[in-house]
Amino acid sequence: MSNTHFESLHDQRSFIAQTLPGLFGRVIAPLPLFPIQPVLLRIVREVTKNRPELFERLGPHVRSTFIIEVNELPFILRLCPDPERPELTAHRRSDSISHDAKISGPFAPLFDVMDGRADSDALFFSRDITISGNTEAAVCLRSALDDLDGSIVEDLMTMRGPLYAPLRFALSHLRRPHTGPII
Amino acid sequence: MKGHDLTIGPVLFHWTADKKRDFWFRIADEAPVDAAYIGEVVCSKRTPFFDRHLEEVALRLVSGGKKVVWSTIAEVVSKLDRNVVGSVCSLDDAEIEVNDASALGSVSGRPHRIGQYMNVYNEGTIRHLARNGANHFCLPAELPLATIQELSSAAKLCGASTEVQVFGRVSLALSARCYHARAHGRTKDNCLFVCENDSDGMALETHSGKPFLSINGIQTLSDRYLGLSSEIRSLCQAGVSALRLSPHSFDMVEIASAYRKLVDGEIEADELNKMLDGIGVPQPFMNGFVHGQPGYERVSGLPGH
Amino acid sequence: MTDCGSFEKPELVCPAGTPAALRTAVDAGADAVYCGLANETNARNFAGLNFSAQALEQSIVYAHQRNAKVLMAVNSFATAPRTSLWHDAVDIAANAGADAVIVADIGVAAYVAANHPDLRLHLSVQAGASSPEAIRYYCKEFGVRRVVLPRILTVGEISAIHREIPCEIEAFVFGNIGMMSEGRCSLTNYAAGISTNMHGVCSPASAVRYVGNSDGSTSAELGPFDIDCYSAQQPTGYPTICKGRYTTPDRSEPYYAFEEPISLNLSSLLPDLMRAGVTALKIEGRQRSRSYVHMVVSAYRRAIDDISAGLQPDLTGLAALTEGGKETQGAFKTKKWR
Repeated sequence: MSNTHFESLHDQRSFIAQTLPGLFGRVIAPLPLFPIQPVLLRIVREVTKNRPELFERLGPHVRSTFIIEVNELPFILRLCPDPERPELTAHRRSDSISHDAKISGPFAPLFDVMDGRADSDALFFSRDITISGNTEAAVCLRSALDDLDGSIVEDLMTMRGPLYAPLRFALSHLRRPHTGPII
Repeated sequence: MKGHDLTIGPVLFHWTADKKRDFWFRIADEAPVDAAYIGEVVCSKRTPFFDRHLEEVALRLVSGGKKVVWSTIAEVVSKLDRNVVGSVCSLDDAEIEVNDASALGSVSGRPHRIGQYMNVYNEGTIRHLARNGANHFCLPAELPLATIQELSSAAKLCGASTEVQVFGRVSLALSARCYHARAHGRTKDNCLFVCENDSDGMALETHSGKPFLSINGIQTLSDRYLGLSSEIRSLCQAGVSALRLSPHSFDMVEIASAYRKLVDGEIEADELNKMLDGIGVPQPFMNGFVHGQPGYERVSGLPGH
Repeated sequence: MTDCGSFEKPELVCPAGTPAALRTAVDAGADAVYCGLANETNARNFAGLNFSAQALEQSIVYAHQRNAKVLMAVNSFATAPRTSLWHDAVDIAANAGADAVIVADIGVAAYVAANHPDLRLHLSVQAGASSPEAIRYYCKEFGVRRVVLPRILTVGEISAIHREIPCEIEAFVFGNIGMMSEGRCSLTNYAAGISTNMHGVCSPASAVRYVGNSDGSTSAELGPFDIDCYSAQQPTGYPTICKGRYTTPDRSEPYYAFEEPISLNLSSLLPDLMRAGVTALKIEGRQRSRSYVHMVVSAYRRAIDDISAGLQPDLTGLAALTEGGKETQGAFKTKKWR
């Protein structure tokens, strides 16, 4: 992975973490969220198709609704990991959405949890990431992500089609180097 | 329910030698109980204070018509702990209640009791311990009624009986560390017996001021007092033959008398609760464990299976 | 201590809460991995964790192909009338080819001894066998081959016990430490109605809630009890009763009445532990991520190899993995901890 434009990995990650929401924000701030909805739906369908083992670990919480709130993003995500009808949708922060558990935090640790490369247990309970609502549902989601071979991020990087080029580009730069798991 | 035994469990708190001796003398002379458990269960460092009185207490209890059982230390780590267990087990003819696996070898082949600090949760454990010589089991405090019933049946098949605590703060945890000493900035080795200040335990409250737990040296007890009353009929029907009152600094003779009346069918559960209230025992009582609910809860109605 | 300070190279025993974590531990150099079924039969029955019978079987194949052992924890207390669940767990372990079962319950130990006499039996830390007399009883009655010692003994005491018992010793060297004697704690059942001994879980996530307060602080609740309260920036660990803060009549400022959220790290005591006669060094953390497993196992693998080769081990990176960033040598260094 090349990071020649940046002094350090940290600089690079924070640059992208700041730029991404900026881009999103500029594009969608005054507009409806619909441009990103099909991308999100494709993502969640792709994951549910390829990763049936996720649902086993979620146990009773496959029917739960999760809100994922990334501090830097102008919108929040609503996830229903129901294997029959998976949903991932974006919503305005001002929308009040019923949910079982809410997981919020800065972009970087949330991304690392999704990528299976962080000590997610420590992040959850040291409150780098905060959880509210049904703690068990949030813990199950964490365990499910942690048990995957590879990670969701790896899966998304292999998604084909021009629509996903920017996503692939962003993900490949957001990832930590392949030297093994990092805290 | 007539015919069921009432017992007084070991004194868990570090009372002064005089207070403890007077307590047992009064139980010996006045309390309508069938058996009394003496000996230190919580902290071996406390034993030198009362050792010299144990014999006279035992004799007085026997002459008061009570069966005397010697309980062993529940958490055995140090050389002193091990010596205290060894010396209790070396008492010839004494009936011993084992509270830690450390004592199982020395009482092997000799009739003895298993105390509530031993983890007895299933029939296999009952059968094994009965083969080792156990003939009476005081069951762990956290069991629901369905488990108590199964264990009582298993014990009966082995010719053994079961006992359940019905009154007093419930032991929830043991530790190698002394929390009384810690609260006062000391360690277990230089505790200066600060636990003596709290004759029924030291209260722990949560941030919001909720009463929660009670500290007794290395032992953590419930803040609430266990007060089983309407459940007693179900316990007896489940095969429990003895009901334990755990000592506190309230008038235990009056408390034992009230329970005796309930067990003998002279009063109802409501009347018992009123009497305990009159004696000053803090309410609400906890009874959750036997109902299969969180232990601290006060559940109404009868426990289900 | 042994005569000339020599020792056998100890076995590194590592946690796995998921098959992915098991493979991670094996790949990082674990000599043995311990795990449990996804039910009440083991003491880390957390939501979303642990193994199905099929996953266990596959994981054992994976480990055995790489010369690592799999030890299966069946270390909660079989509770009537559900006793057969624990017997089934033992049968599953035996059929899947587990190298040992780790048990705490007398009834389960008796079941193993009677029905699987060739299956290696380890006595779990949950059995709370803290004296030579207790350990010898389990060895004599059930043929226990190894005892996992409670985390309350000094290295000197471990060494003394080693001389007085006929079985191997496994000692914890890293991870979370609970303050209460293992296998003798009903605190969770008191507050939440789920028993550590009977259901295999302490402070279950289903009973934990974080509640935001008006002053910006967050309360951690277990059942109806607010067992701790954190200011906005305060680092914390997973909320359990024995790591919470409370007041007493003499202390109006909430304090850690039992222990601070702190992790055990015995890296600097490793040579002493090896000389004390410890056969196996155990890392806690079946509930932790595979990233954690990778880091800790790799570091301890290097350390054990270095010490065994007479080199100075480097364990500086481990502090970041400890709970709340704080570490302790617990009871192992000095009795003053008690």
